[in-house]
Amino acid sequence: MATYQNIFTRIQVRAHPEMGVPFRDPDPAWPREGTPFFNYWAGRIGDAQIGPFYLGAIGLASLAFGLFAVFIIGMNMLASVNWNPIQFVRQLPWLALEPPAAKYGLTIPPMSEGGWWLLAGFFLTMSILLFWVRVYVNARRLGMGSHVAWAFASAIWLYLVLGFIRPIAMGSWSEAVPFGVFPHLDWTAAFSLRYGNLFYNPFHMLSIVFLYGSALLFAMHGATILAVGRYGGEREIEQIVDRGTASERAALFWRWTMGFNASMESIHRWAWWFAVLCTLTGGIGILLTGTVVDNWYLWGIKHGIVPSYPEVYVSPVDPLTLPGVAK
Amino acid sequence: MSINLTQRNPVKPALLLAVVFAVGLAGCERPPQQAKQIGYRGLGMEQVTNPRTEKAKLAAIKIPEVQPAADTGGPKASTIYKSLKVLGDLSEGELIRTMAAMTEWVSPEEGCAYCHNVENLADESKYTHTVSRRMLQMTRHINETWKPHVGTAGVTCYTCHAGKPVPKNIWFSAKDPTAPWRMTGYTAGNQNRANRNIGSTSMTADPFTDLIGGGNTQIRIASTRALPLDTNVPGKTTPTIQDTEKTYALMIHMSESLGVNCTFCHNSRAFGSWTQSTPQRATAWHGLRLVRDINEAFLTPLKPVYPANRLGPHGDAPKAFCSTCHQGLAKPLNGTQMLKDYLELNRASLAPVALAPAK
Repeated sequence: MATYQNIFTRIQVRAHPEMGVPFRDPDPAWPREGTPFFNYWAGRIGDAQIGPFYLGAIGLASLAFGLFAVFIIGMNMLASVNWNPIQFVRQLPWLALEPPAAKYGLTIPPMSEGGWWLLAGFFLTMSILLFWVRVYVNARRLGMGSHVAWAFASAIWLYLVLGFIRPIAMGSWSEAVPFGVFPHLDWTAAFSLRYGNLFYNPFHMLSIVFLYGSALLFAMHGATILAVGRYGGEREIEQIVDRGTASERAALFWRWTMGFNASMESIHRWAWWFAVLCTLTGGIGILLTGTVVDNWYLWGIKHGIVPSYPEVYVSPVDPLTLPGVAK
Repeated sequence: MSINLTQRNPVKPALLLAVVFAVGLAGCERPPQQAKQIGYRGLGMEQVTNPRTEKAKLAAIKIPEVQPAADTGGPKASTIYKSLKVLGDLSEGELIRTMAAMTEWVSPEEGCAYCHNVENLADESKYTHTVSRRMLQMTRHINETWKPHVGTAGVTCYTCHAGKPVPKNIWFSAKDPTAPWRMTGYTAGNQNRANRNIGSTSMTADPFTDLIGGGNTQIRIASTRALPLDTNVPGKTTPTIQDTEKTYALMIHMSESLGVNCTFCHNSRAFGSWTQSTPQRATAWHGLRLVRDINEAFLTPLKPVYPANRLGPHGDAPKAFCSTCHQGLAKPLNGTQMLKDYLELNRASLAPVALAPAK
């Protein structure tokens, strides 16, 4: 089976599609949709079988709310280039639906000056929350644990802090993120400039640790399992309860390499917690910014985490502090 | 039930992937980039330049030859020529030398007739005549008042004009006072467009009207207190994210105009901190006040003089910002000393000029 030991699966099986377990109710209100088919390229990176797909009432509502949000954002972007489709395509990365100006605080602004942003945000939030329900319910229906739902909830926490909880705490929708490709990136840079360098925010530090840590863990785990794939290592779940030579070799590899090894089961807890803590700590860091800390760099000086360096050039005096300068 | 095993040639998609990757890289600047350390090691205090583009920028500078020295003796020009309001105390020879230099700097193709009625040199009917007189006063004002920014190199007409009647880099207000009310497509401060003035960011296209158009709007946005509860520190105003983006856009404009990185002036770990900034930041600080001053005192008031084709899309006069003089270089004309040969441009005369509307 040497052809199997590859990043991309080079051999694919074609048989009758797997239809899944039958419904308990012989005539369900929402059956699984679609006739399944096989796609070669999907098979290169995963399962070649596409469908069937379970939509359900919650899924449909989530989809509808999401499409509303995308529609509002897209139409406002199109309106901002005078309904010119060519400019819409050319400028798309720059276009945005902006939150209201600071003068509106937490009131409902006119539609033309941020009202659409509020509405799109509401629809998008409804869509995401309903999708969370769908993830939870589907997991429960299959008799699974709710781990995916709670990991997703951690990401939703960061999303809600950025666009909803923190703006409310700050008393202004204008503190929230615009919808747009470059605009949300410029917002991120401006946010750090305004609040004195987010890198000195300890929760931002933790979030980065878990972000990079997730990538490292993912690489280590993925590499380990691929490396013992020749002994059936990819059948991880079976190996949790019935350790075979793949599991033994993977464990020995890490124990001999760094003195400690995670187990077939615990490595997934490691990965889950790293991913969950990334957005959980990130959300806390954002929530504290501007609400309880106004300048993270100065906060860092106060708490002794900012190193000082030898002077290489002579720094100027702030001209505004010189006598005779108009303030 | 049948089981098939499928396998295909992966060469074509790999090629496609390579093309996509190459297109993705097309926006990048071609090497070699060189980094020069300017601060303590390991802090990213460095300037990144590309010798290829630097070379092109320097090659584009064409410094006109110095006009031959003129006879300083004889009666004052004001006793010979009528309607001399700025240069009247020069000798006749000096005046002609200055006029010849200005023609070469500003209107080499159009000649004297760009500003003068050649039948009657004292005729003030051309708007360009009024503007150039005011620009002479402005040049003197800059060289006298803004030494902390322009130093001994100073400015001449050529610093901005570079042989063109209208300097290459000027700005107009993007604020449309007559914009109709619209239900959709709100873009606060005319932002979210690709705009070279602000380094193709999506931030406000016109940070200039508010921050350097005149007045005394606070540019600083970094908080000066660790906690919002600290009330005993200066700078109690609380800039919004939108204020921050405005300042950020102006700073990007400065960076692009001078061909330098943020670290030319700032230590990026604490942009607001003066005690970690480089000496250049003080020079830049005066530069921002300089453009604010000349926009307010000289350039904006010229609006009634200009014909409509010289005004901006919303009817305001052309104004100056960093790139007007700097044109991609940390020192305009790469620090060439031109003023020392034209000392008549280095005497302040703030007498106002009567502004006649364009005919």
